[in-house]
Amino acid sequence: MNPIKKLFDNIRPHVEEGGKFHAFRSLVDGFETFAFVPNTTSRVGSVNIHDAIDSKRIMSFVVIALIPALLFGMYNVGYQNAVAAGGDTSDICALFLYGLLAVLPKLAVSYIVGLGIEFVVAQWKNEEIQEGFLVSGIIIPMIVPVNTPLWALALAVAFSVVFAKEIFGGTGMNIFNVALITRAFLFFSYPSKMTGDDSVWVAQEQICGLGYNVPDTFTAATPLGDAAVGTAMADPMAAIYGLIPGSIGETSVIAIALGAILLLWTGVASWKIMVSVFAGGALMGYLLQGVAGNPLEWWHQLVVGGFAFGAVFMATDPVTSARTECGKWVYGFLIGVVAVLVRVLNPGYPEGMMLAILLMNLFAPLIDYCVVQRNINKRAKRAK
Amino acid sequence: MSKLFSAENREALTGPLNLNNPVTVQVLGICSALAVTSQLAPAIVMGLSVTVITAFANVIISLLRNTIPNRIRIIVQLVVVAALVTIVSQLLKAFVYDVSVQLSVYVGLIITNCILMGRLEAFAMQSAPWPSFLDGIGNGLGYAWVLVAVGFVRELFGFGTLLGFQIVPQALYDMGYMNNGMMVMPAMSLIIVGCVIWAHRSLNKEA
Repeated sequence: MNPIKKLFDNIRPHVEEGGKFHAFRSLVDGFETFAFVPNTTSRVGSVNIHDAIDSKRIMSFVVIALIPALLFGMYNVGYQNAVAAGGDTSDICALFLYGLLAVLPKLAVSYIVGLGIEFVVAQWKNEEIQEGFLVSGIIIPMIVPVNTPLWALALAVAFSVVFAKEIFGGTGMNIFNVALITRAFLFFSYPSKMTGDDSVWVAQEQICGLGYNVPDTFTAATPLGDAAVGTAMADPMAAIYGLIPGSIGETSVIAIALGAILLLWTGVASWKIMVSVFAGGALMGYLLQGVAGNPLEWWHQLVVGGFAFGAVFMATDPVTSARTECGKWVYGFLIGVVAVLVRVLNPGYPEGMMLAILLMNLFAPLIDYCVVQRNINKRAKRAK
Repeated sequence: MSKLFSAENREALTGPLNLNNPVTVQVLGICSALAVTSQLAPAIVMGLSVTVITAFANVIISLLRNTIPNRIRIIVQLVVVAALVTIVSQLLKAFVYDVSVQLSVYVGLIITNCILMGRLEAFAMQSAPWPSFLDGIGNGLGYAWVLVAVGFVRELFGFGTLLGFQIVPQALYDMGYMNNGMMVMPAMSLIIVGCVIWAHRSLNKEA
């Protein structure tokens, strides 16, 4: 017998109703259902057929798809630090280790705070632990700047899990993407730590003797920050490799593309949404380059900032996106359009992907409603 | 004296503070609760202004209630309220000019505060002056405590001050603490009002 399975079998009697450690029921339950597919089946008389892939398994695929971008993000944190300090960038291992040490605390804070709240709520409501935070918890550290203070991150995660998720009824009921609400909370609460070009995007200090101390006068602008003041992008290829300043996981288009391939191959994410987000962004970028004289070429819009990351991992969130097949095209297309519109036309916000996705999260049910109504009308007309 | 504070009158005064609160239970007067609560001082002044106006408008309408023709009662109520609001607005400008600048149009907009019209229609039109007065005071204070609670949280976390005095110590800022910019925005005050309503309803299951 599998030793892990045995362990859970040994623990279970203690956490059942009346057991000594009943207070930890949801914790054990959460880990067990994560490790093994629950052996519950449909009740007798039901005609539901369950796929072996339940939502915890789907979430795991997304987490795996995020790993290339996360690992590259860690390397890039070290690389940016070394570049900023004028140091040595040849030792890949040292750069990666530095980034790992810089990112790991954020990952830990995000998971501990988020899952902590989930476990408490599940225990309190006597429900099964919900798995939604598994993905949010890894996305959150990837979409914030490396210098985000840990306490602010903890506060934002707590805010977002409670107000964006639990009060709507938990996983699967949320209107807005939880990870993006976390980022939005940070963005509006502590703007000086989330945007601008003064030392937000590049890790400043040595960690455990690794890396370099960056001089205080150093500033690093993202390509979008440059574009906002009218500068064209110097090296578009760097944005595709990902060796540019930016939020931890968003910089490398190649790493994100690896994740996208996995998501599309396994059918976890909707290819319609991904394609239409890029289409919307490309069209709007093309129009604004021609009409408004924006310094970025149309395809630059798709590779800088959080556009690719948002399109692949956040717009395709199955809970907050449109669910009708036709609605997905509209939903994705409008995300792309709004993201580029905010970037180019709003001088206050160099980046618009977060706001665009949150806005369209809000409209997704309306899009679905219109699609369904159109279909009903069409069929009613046919019946006449 | 015992008649002045009979059980009914006490209920008119204390009901709105808790179980019949205009903001947390009836969800009235939300616009101004969002607009003027970014700091504590304007929240207090706004709460007191509404209390005074509601109380005296209630008394005046209660005195006139038998002579007001039913078909034009809303206009009569509005005239009374508008007169009181103008008086309060002038008083604020004369004595607490800074706060009145902060409150800007929202003093004038007390005229359109749902709580006022609601009390005039629902209570003062049917009740004697003294209970009406108590009802106005009760509803005004019920509105005021919610404003003060929201203003307290928003000023403390948004500016680190209370009534303009620094509360969050400099040492905390040196450690990396920052004021929360979102607290200053109306969006956050809606969430805080929501939290107050949430807490209030959890504490009072019957409300």
